Amino acid sequence: MSARQSILPLEVRQLVFEASGTRLLHDVNLSLTVGQRTVILGPNGAGKSLLLRLCHGLLTPSSGDINWRGAGTRDRAIRHQAMVFQRPVMLRRSAHANITHTLKIRGVARSERRERADAALALAGLSSLADRPARLMSGGEQQRLALARAWITEPEVLFLDEPTASLDPAATRAVETLIEGFHTAGTKIIMATHDLGQARRLADEIVFLNKGRLVEFSPARSFFENPETEEGRAFITGDLLW
Amino acid sequence: MSTILNAFSEAGALLASFDADFLAIVGLSLRVSLSAVLIACLIGFPLGAAVALFRFPGRGAVALMLNTFMGLPPVVIGLLVFLILSRSGPLGVLGLLFTPTAMIIAQAILVTPIIAALTRQTVEDLWREYGDHLRSLDARPLDRLGTLIYDARFSLTTAVLAGFGRAIAEVGAVMIVGGNIDHATRVMTTAIALETSKGNLATALGLGIVLLVIALAVTATVQVINAIGARKAAIV
Repeated sequence: MSARQSILPLEVRQLVFEASGTRLLHDVNLSLTVGQRTVILGPNGAGKSLLLRLCHGLLTPSSGDINWRGAGTRDRAIRHQAMVFQRPVMLRRSAHANITHTLKIRGVARSERRERADAALALAGLSSLADRPARLMSGGEQQRLALARAWITEPEVLFLDEPTASLDPAATRAVETLIEGFHTAGTKIIMATHDLGQARRLADEIVFLNKGRLVEFSPARSFFENPETEEGRAFITGDLLW
Repeated sequence: MSTILNAFSEAGALLASFDADFLAIVGLSLRVSLSAVLIACLIGFPLGAAVALFRFPGRGAVALMLNTFMGLPPVVIGLLVFLILSRSGPLGVLGLLFTPTAMIIAQAILVTPIIAALTRQTVEDLWREYGDHLRSLDARPLDRLGTLIYDARFSLTTAVLAGFGRAIAEVGAVMIVGGNIDHATRVMTTAIALETSKGNLATALGLGIVLLVIALAVTATVQVINAIGARKAAIV
């Protein structure tokens, strides 16, 4: 993955999103580069999911620019990205078929699909559940399947929207290990979470949002040790700001 | 009261006799209605899914039309198909009037809106769940359509059964374009209408009971197959 030219950096300029007259995201400016694990942190309703969805292209901005500088004129940037949602979308098929479906969509030859899906399931520790209907799997298994499904698309950028919000600690750890695997393989991680512990474990840099505004954008260490703003400090100490 | 009692014994006798004429009528009923439903599925599934999925001018109007056409009066459709297939009509040269093919065409026209309208609703609901994932994958429109129809297949059997119920029970259209010709285009519903008008109420009612039993058998078979499949894919 790293050998290719990357679609990064991602430049976000004056990004605004409004829904039925309410401004939900105000003038966000951001530049994300290769290598750093970016964690978008903030309380519920801060606009974390919105920002992810806008960057991934699932939503259209009301105004402002989202620019994948490295994408240039080659094919669509979204083809080099994957997204994992808080509640994973499980097709009404087996775990294995959930993965071969993605391979089919991405134009992989039928003869290659089985083997590649087997490998992805093994990576996620789901080999023994290959034939299990995906919707009968536990929340943690489903999220690992969603990550395996993202893995086989070999994304340059992986968006994660609170992937462990409804998981127990063991399942959370398994998911975080897989996310580390993406990072090691050279995939840019952009993850939204409201879990401070998770942010501390995974983040290289923090994008701190509150009430639809970008409050801080700084290296993780300096954000946690010495936040620049009152809002950041209050969030870290658990004095929520409404 | 005695008519009703007679009807049951007539129905029993009909079923037990394996009368060749009777079996031919039952066979033609099933052949016409199942063929019509098959054609309606081939058109209605993609049509309904496309209306659910794609934004195009007049989309609301198409959805409204599909819902309205679910209640098309069979005699009106029969009349239209009759006019088109009759000797002086645009497709008169085909010589299809008063053949089972004409009956299949008329019933397919009746059933297609039902299957399309119910498919539209089902696929729209499933899109709400799958949309993010399929858009994130940047799936092509045809791939989206295929995924949604395939994964909605167990819900869609309800649409198919509704369509089959409409076709097998319908009398107006097949009467007009088929003509209720003995040994050629006589089906169960037109036979019932004929026997009733002849005053053979017990025979008519007997045929009616057989019709119900057959509809029940087809529906039950589909439902059992469906339930087994759905359990395997863990839809419920």
